[in-house]
Amino acid sequence: MAERIPILKMGDFLLVTIQVDLHDQMALRLQDDLTMAIERTGAKGVLIDISALEMVDSFIGRMIANISAISALLDAKTVVVGMQPAVAITLVELGLSLPGVHTALNVELGMERLRTAISQVAADARLEG
Amino acid sequence: MLRERSLLVSALLDRQPELHAEWMAELRASGSQKDLRIGEADLKAQTGELLRLIGEALSQNGSGDVTAPEWKAVRGYLNEISRSRVHQGFESNQTATFIFSLKKPIFARVREAAGNNTDLLASQTWAATELLDQLGLHTMKAYEKSREEVINRQQEELLELSTPVIKVWDGVLALPMIGTLDSARTQIVMESLLQRIVETGSAIAIIDITGVPTVDTVVAQHLIKTVTAIRLMGADCIISGIRPQIAQTIVHLGIDLHGVLTKANLADALSVALKRSGFDVTRGGATLDARTESDGLGASTGTNGSQPAVPPAARRASSGSRAGAGA
Repeated sequence: MAERIPILKMGDFLLVTIQVDLHDQMALRLQDDLTMAIERTGAKGVLIDISALEMVDSFIGRMIANISAISALLDAKTVVVGMQPAVAITLVELGLSLPGVHTALNVELGMERLRTAISQVAADARLEG
Repeated sequence: MLRERSLLVSALLDRQPELHAEWMAELRASGSQKDLRIGEADLKAQTGELLRLIGEALSQNGSGDVTAPEWKAVRGYLNEISRSRVHQGFESNQTATFIFSLKKPIFARVREAAGNNTDLLASQTWAATELLDQLGLHTMKAYEKSREEVINRQQEELLELSTPVIKVWDGVLALPMIGTLDSARTQIVMESLLQRIVETGSAIAIIDITGVPTVDTVVAQHLIKTVTAIRLMGADCIISGIRPQIAQTIVHLGIDLHGVLTKANLADALSVALKRSGFDVTRGGATLDARTESDGLGASTGTNGSQPAVPPAARRASSGSRAGAGA
């Protein structure tokens, strides 16, 4: 069985920390696992830490965008945190600006963003109700 | 052939003191002496040493080919002289005159030695001309090379000087860009800014383009790339210092800067940045944030909503601007 990225549940959020170089297969598996986990746990937010990711290609870049879009469809807000400068430059040069993907500098700030966003959603829901 | 050459050689070797004195006189006449950039003593030492080296080289290899190994010392010394001339700010013609003013003294020596033999005189004059032309050309080549070195060094220095990333507040970085933005510079700017963002954990970066003379589509593309990269890393970017003409150019060129927060000057950008990071800038008792209250801080990115402003009681009353931490 191929390596897989662990998905940790933390309250309403799912925490994914990518600590190894992401292969295409691993990324696809992560997409499956994460979709499943969101569905199973009813998570409201997903935090993906890619601070250990040193290299990306267009496929991985697109996977990040896809995972974010899929999570959004399942009503879970996704924040990608800790992108390295080299990775950011590579993605930009590849023409992948990842619109719609929320980002933060580190896990702490990412968590804060998720909480803010979710409390906002809750407040909006109260207003509408 | 040997005899012909030896005339030139002997002129250079045996009559060196006279040659030296005459050369100095020539240089004096051409106005080099009035120049304060190089002293008489220095010039005398340079001409003396060069004459000695040329004499030595000529006696070892009289073919007049200055690219021969025997002429290495002469070439090296000429390189050195050219380099010092470049650093002293001499012009190319002045540097060339330094060598060419040796012609007249040498011709005079040759004529003296040749006596009534006109054939010998002609051939020796020709040999001397060829030799001095070659030396002159070599000097010019060295001069140009030294000059290019200076230009290259200055370009590199400019590149490094032009990318200072300044921490203006806790969590706020500023990058004042100066000069024309090309691909190479943008790359360096982008890298150093992103690196500093990671190092300092700053959530907001301000790029000030007051010092950028023109913005065309390429420059705008570079700016957008930088802003996108910063956003991908999870920080926000504000572009400030957009002058009226540049704003007009951007619109006329149809460049889309939507999604990029722009401000007219650095002060406005800093004010937004401080507000977003939850700082509250006050002067004495009155608050100044009413001005920035209505600024669009990015639809969902702002963290200011979650952080309470400093209660008035927490502000210490004093004159002068003061910033208190939010949260």
